[in-house]
Amino acid sequence: MRVVLAEDLYLLRDGLVHLLQAHGFEIVAAVESGPELLRALLDERPEVAVVDVRLPPTFTDEGLQAALTARRAIPGLPVLVLSQHVEQLYARELLADGTGGVGYLLKDRVFNSGQFIDAVRRVAAGGTAMDPDVIAKLLASNARDEPMGRLTPREREVLELMAEGRSNAAIAQRLFLSESAVGKHTANIFAKLDLAVSDDDNRRVLAVLAYLHGTRG
Amino acid sequence: MLPRTAAGYGRGLVLSILAVGNAVLLGLTAVVFLLCFGIGLIFLFPPLVRAVRGRTRQARRLSAAWSGVEIAAPYRQAPPPPMPQRDGWYRDGRQLYRTSMIPAFNRTWNWMIKDPATWRDFAWLTTEPLVGGLLAATPLAMLGYGLVLVGGWQPMGVLTGLVLIALSVYLAPRVIRVHGLWTRLLLAPTARAGLTNAMRHLTQVHTEAVDSQAAELRRIERDLHDGAQARLVAIGMTLGAAEELMDSDPNAAKALLAKVREASAASLVELRQLVRGIHPPVLAERGLGDAVRAMALDSPLKVTVSVDLPSRPDAPVESAAYFVISELLANASRHSDARTVSVDISHRRSAMRVTVVDDGHGGADPSRGSGLRGIERRLAAFDGVLALNSPPGGPTLATVDLPRAFLVEGCGGSDLPTWRLRLMGVCWGLFWLPLFPQGLVAMFFKIFNSPERSWFLALYLPPILQWPTIIGMIALGVVMVVFAAKSAALAKEKDSEPIT
Repeated sequence: MRVVLAEDLYLLRDGLVHLLQAHGFEIVAAVESGPELLRALLDERPEVAVVDVRLPPTFTDEGLQAALTARRAIPGLPVLVLSQHVEQLYARELLADGTGGVGYLLKDRVFNSGQFIDAVRRVAAGGTAMDPDVIAKLLASNARDEPMGRLTPREREVLELMAEGRSNAAIAQRLFLSESAVGKHTANIFAKLDLAVSDDDNRRVLAVLAYLHGTRG
Repeated sequence: MLPRTAAGYGRGLVLSILAVGNAVLLGLTAVVFLLCFGIGLIFLFPPLVRAVRGRTRQARRLSAAWSGVEIAAPYRQAPPPPMPQRDGWYRDGRQLYRTSMIPAFNRTWNWMIKDPATWRDFAWLTTEPLVGGLLAATPLAMLGYGLVLVGGWQPMGVLTGLVLIALSVYLAPRVIRVHGLWTRLLLAPTARAGLTNAMRHLTQVHTEAVDSQAAELRRIERDLHDGAQARLVAIGMTLGAAEELMDSDPNAAKALLAKVREASAASLVELRQLVRGIHPPVLAERGLGDAVRAMALDSPLKVTVSVDLPSRPDAPVESAAYFVISELLANASRHSDARTVSVDISHRRSAMRVTVVDDGHGGADPSRGSGLRGIERRLAAFDGVLALNSPPGGPTLATVDLPRAFLVEGCGGSDLPTWRLRLMGVCWGLFWLPLFPQGLVAMFFKIFNSPERSWFLALYLPPILQWPTIIGMIALGVVMVVFAAKSAALAKEKDSEPIT
């Protein structure tokens, strides 16, 4: 699978290159600045891009801006954004076009290579990978609202994992449940939040995220 | 319009009465000066100065409240009370005293007599009864005289009276403004006194800023020392142990490595929180507007944010504004049970204004909350002010003004030149003289060929010069009033400009 990588710290970039290559990814470009990244994304059209938010030359949100620009030019271009900190604001901007194929993770998540690689593959397949921190904040700010209060603790757990972008099978494995039990929980959640049920995992996740964002103005 | 005019008359009346009071105080001053410098009763001087300062303080306050002319107090700081030496005596120069009375008096005496502001106060007191009193009383006198003329029921008198009344109504509120400008002329700090006071203020702000910065650095040092640094040491040690166990007991080594990973993740979390406290990453990446939006999303309250900024403010101001908003939001959720908050960030020229309104139960008091005190300290370094309106029962409205948030090209002009202010005072005070008795009234006398010549200059001149003089007088009066009104408007406009 062809990957474009943008990270300004040499050590981390090198580490990521090795990690991805070890899992069978082909690194078509490993760049270290915003303009280079945009050029690489538009020229190479990778199957997935792994991008650091803060890049030279301005050291502001160059990486994020380049990713958003590229996604406007190539709709659905899968991008996994890495950052030292996660913000609901950035998550919203990434999810705003509703096409999926986005990920937004703390850099710490790279430590667990299995989960990180899983996230990259999910994003490449058009799914989403949201950092648990983002989802926790999102749920916390929704906690006071009426329909959310009616979820059982178990349903909240399922909702959290679902919002991170995991499939039913993955959720079942995580919570030590059968896949059919997870299916039942999801059906309940969708009924309580008054959302249209969909068989497609990705569309389901996007609906949940849109719901959580929508209730907050 | 009507209440403004009525207020103008009321204030004019009060100011006229105060001017009479000033005349009394002036007489007293003359007596005290005689006693003090004539026969040496110098102990009378400090009470006199205190009395005069009490009066000028009131005049400054009234000027700010009624005419919108803010006048800062120009006085030097009072000397500290004398401290006894170790043997219990008080030293003053080369003399020793048993009690602190005489040294204290000497200090007070020096403080008062060497402060130019004292003498400017006396200068004001000498001129105020005449100039200020006349200014304040003019509209009332015109109104009274106009009413008397109208009451006299002479066609000419009624016309003059009506003109007088109309003019008086026009002038009543404006004269109060001019009175304020006149007060400022002598009672405002001179450039030098202003600089001295500004210097003192800056020193204080500087000290506070340095203090709080030092405290902040200490906190960061402690957090790093006890947190990330300690964890890195532990990580290093555990790695060493894992290295040794690698060959003999690979399973144990693996377990240790897992621990290392946990510890590094934990220290990252700590560092992230620390960084957030020093300078939030969103603020660095996106600026104030998006940083506050991000804050609003993370808040448990329903927060609406509106931002209108031309560019990014100076970084230190931006950071101060961010933390102030963060503190205000925290207060809203912690103390006032608010559910919704609206944050509005706007700008005017180089100044930035932040308004935070919540729907909580109000009752916030800056004198009690240490958080609000902290906000004020943070703002003081940028000459910012926090205005809090929080009646019991809510809502709470907090307004933060930061006067120099942006660098603006082309500074706002300085104040009007002094000569213009003086000329304006003279014009306001005297324009009626050419316009009315010498101009309009003389014109009516001339038209109706009155045999009475009263004190109208024009009527004593040879006939050929009478009309030109009358018209010249009217023109002079009009020019004077227009000049004065224009200057007052200009001064007001410049006053309301933020300092750049």
